[in-house]
Amino acid sequence: MANDQQSVWEGADTLSKPATSGDKLFDRLFRGLTYTFTLATVLLLAYILYEICGKALPAISKLGFSYLYSTTWDVNAQHFGILPEIWGTLYSSLLALILGGFFGITIAVFLTQDFLPHKVQVVLKNIIELLAAIPSVVYGLWGIYVLIPLIRPLADYLHAHFGWIPFFSTSLSGPGMFPAALVLAIMILPTVAAISQDAFLAIPHKTKEAAYGMGTTRWEAILRVLLPTASGGIFGALVLGFGRALGETMALAMLVGNANQISLSVFSPADTLAALLALNFPEASDYEISVLMYAAVILLLITLLVNVAGAVIIAKTNSGGKK
Amino acid sequence: MKNNSATGSLELPNLNRQPFESRSLKSVLLSSITVTAALLACIPLFSVLIMLLYRGGKRLSLELFYALPPTAFETGGGFGNAIAGTLFMVGIAALISIPFGVLAAIYMAELGPDSKMAETARFCAKTMTGLPSILAGVFAYAAVVLVMGHYSSWAGGIALSLLMIPVVMLTAEEAIKMVPNPMKEAAYGMGCTPSQSMVKIILPVAMPGIITGVVLAVARAAGETAPLLFTALFSDYWLQPNEPTASLAVLIYNYSGMPFENQVELAWAASLILVLMVFVLNIVSRAIGERTK
Repeated sequence: MANDQQSVWEGADTLSKPATSGDKLFDRLFRGLTYTFTLATVLLLAYILYEICGKALPAISKLGFSYLYSTTWDVNAQHFGILPEIWGTLYSSLLALILGGFFGITIAVFLTQDFLPHKVQVVLKNIIELLAAIPSVVYGLWGIYVLIPLIRPLADYLHAHFGWIPFFSTSLSGPGMFPAALVLAIMILPTVAAISQDAFLAIPHKTKEAAYGMGTTRWEAILRVLLPTASGGIFGALVLGFGRALGETMALAMLVGNANQISLSVFSPADTLAALLALNFPEASDYEISVLMYAAVILLLITLLVNVAGAVIIAKTNSGGKK
Repeated sequence: MKNNSATGSLELPNLNRQPFESRSLKSVLLSSITVTAALLACIPLFSVLIMLLYRGGKRLSLELFYALPPTAFETGGGFGNAIAGTLFMVGIAALISIPFGVLAAIYMAELGPDSKMAETARFCAKTMTGLPSILAGVFAYAAVVLVMGHYSSWAGGIALSLLMIPVVMLTAEEAIKMVPNPMKEAAYGMGCTPSQSMVKIILPVAMPGIITGVVLAVARAAGETAPLLFTALFSDYWLQPNEPTASLAVLIYNYSGMPFENQVELAWAASLILVLMVFVLNIVSRAIGERTK
C-alpha cells in the first residue's frame, strides 16, 4: 500500500505536495519575524515618545506651566518661556493654510472638473507634485535670495499706505513672517491639492449630472453641489496641511527671522517651535537640552492632535461616502 | 401656438446660452480666477528651477565632487565630503528601514491583516508619517548622540531611518494588498505554507510597488535637513563614520547665511545637485510605478 502511494506521488505531473517539517519550521520563523517587526513599529513610536518626554522631565518639573506663557528666553538668567514660539508656529501655519488652502482647493477644482484636456491635466498634476519633492532647505535658500528681495517693494508699499492696519504695522527688514508663510504655503499646497482631488473624484458622477440637469452653470454646480459634497475630505486635507506646516523646520529657521517676540504684523520677524529647536540644540548645555526637549514635547502634542483630527475626519467622510 | 396650448400653456424659457447674463459672467470670472491661480502656483517651481540652473549651474564643475569645502576667504573648493556623507547616511537609513518596513508590511497585509496588532502598528506608522522631521532628530540626539557621547553619521542615519520606515511600510502594505487573490489562492492550493506563498509568489509580484515606495522614501530622506542638524552635524573633512559628518542638506543650510559669495555659490550648486538627485529618484519611482500598471 505504502509503495503504491509513493508511486502515485512520483508519477503525478504536479508540484503540489504537503509541507515538510522544514517548511513548517520556516513558516513559523518567518511569521515570527514579521510579527516581531510589526510589534517593533509600535514599540519604536512608544520609545520615541518615552525618550523625548523622559529627557524633558527635569525641565517640566522645574518650569511647569509657566514655560507655556512666559515670553522671555534668557540662557544666562536661566529663564525660559515659549509663548512667542507657540504663537509664531500657529500664526505662520495659519497664514500658510489660508494661502495654500485657497490655491490647493482651486487647483483641485481645476484638475478634476474637466477644465483641461486629459494630457494637460496629467502634466499639471505632475508639476504640482514635484513642488512637494523639492527639499525644504532649497526653498529656504530660494526664499532668502529670490523671494525676500522680490516681495520687499510690495511690503514697503503696504506698510507705507496701510500701516494703520495691525497686519502691516512694521516694515519688512529681511526675514519675517510673510516670506516664511509664503514658502510654507507653497510647501503645503501639494498636500492640500492631492487630498482635495481625491475628495472631488470620490463624488459619484450622477451627483454632478443631476446638478447640470437642473440647468446650473459649471460654477453653480461646483459651488453649491460639489464643494459641499466634498467638504469633509477638503476639510481633512486642510487639517493635514496645517499639521505639515506646524512641523516644518528648515524653511522657517531660514526665513522667519528668529526673533523672540509676539506681533500681529506679518512683516515682523518671529520664531517657531521647530526653528527654536533647530537653532539652539547644537550649542545647548545639559539643562537647556531638557528645556528644548520640553518645547519638542509641546510641538509633538500640537502636531499629534492636529494630525489625528485630520485622519479621523478623512476616515469618517470616506466611510460615510461608501454608505 | 397651437402646439403650446396642446401641452398646456407651457412657456419655455430661452434655452440658448446667454453669454452676458450675470450667471454666465460669474462663471467666466470664476474660471479665469481658477486658471490664474493654477498658473500662479506653477511659478514657484519654475522660479526655483531656473534659479538653481542659473546660480548653481554657474558653479558646476568636477571640482565640486572631489574637493573639500573652502575656508572663509578661500576661493574654489567643493563638497565631495557632503555628497559622500549624504549617500552614506541615506544608505544606513535604507538598510535599517527596508527590512523593517517590508517585514512589518507583510504581517499587516497578509499574515495577520485584521489583527489588533496590525491595526495598532498601522496607526503608529501613520502617526509617524505626521511627526515633524525635526523630532526624529531630537529623538536620535537623545537615544544615540547622548549615549555615544558624540555626533556621528550613525546618529544621522538612524534619524533618517525613522522618516523612511513608515513610508516604506505603508507603501509596501498597499503593494502586497494589490496582488490578485487568485494568485495567492493558487499558491495555497499547491500546498504552500503562508510564508512560502509570500516569498515565492506574492513578494515577487508586489516587488515593483515596494521598490516605488522605497525609492520615494530615499528621495525624501536625501533632502531632509532637520534630522541631521544635531545628529550628524557638519564637517569640513572626509567621511569618518564615528565623527560628525557633512551632508548636502546641512551644507546648504550652513552656507546660505554666510556673508561670503563663494560659500553662497556653493550652497546654490549643492542645491542643484540635491534637487537633481531627488528628481531623478522621483522619476525612477514613477517609471517603476507606471510599468506595473
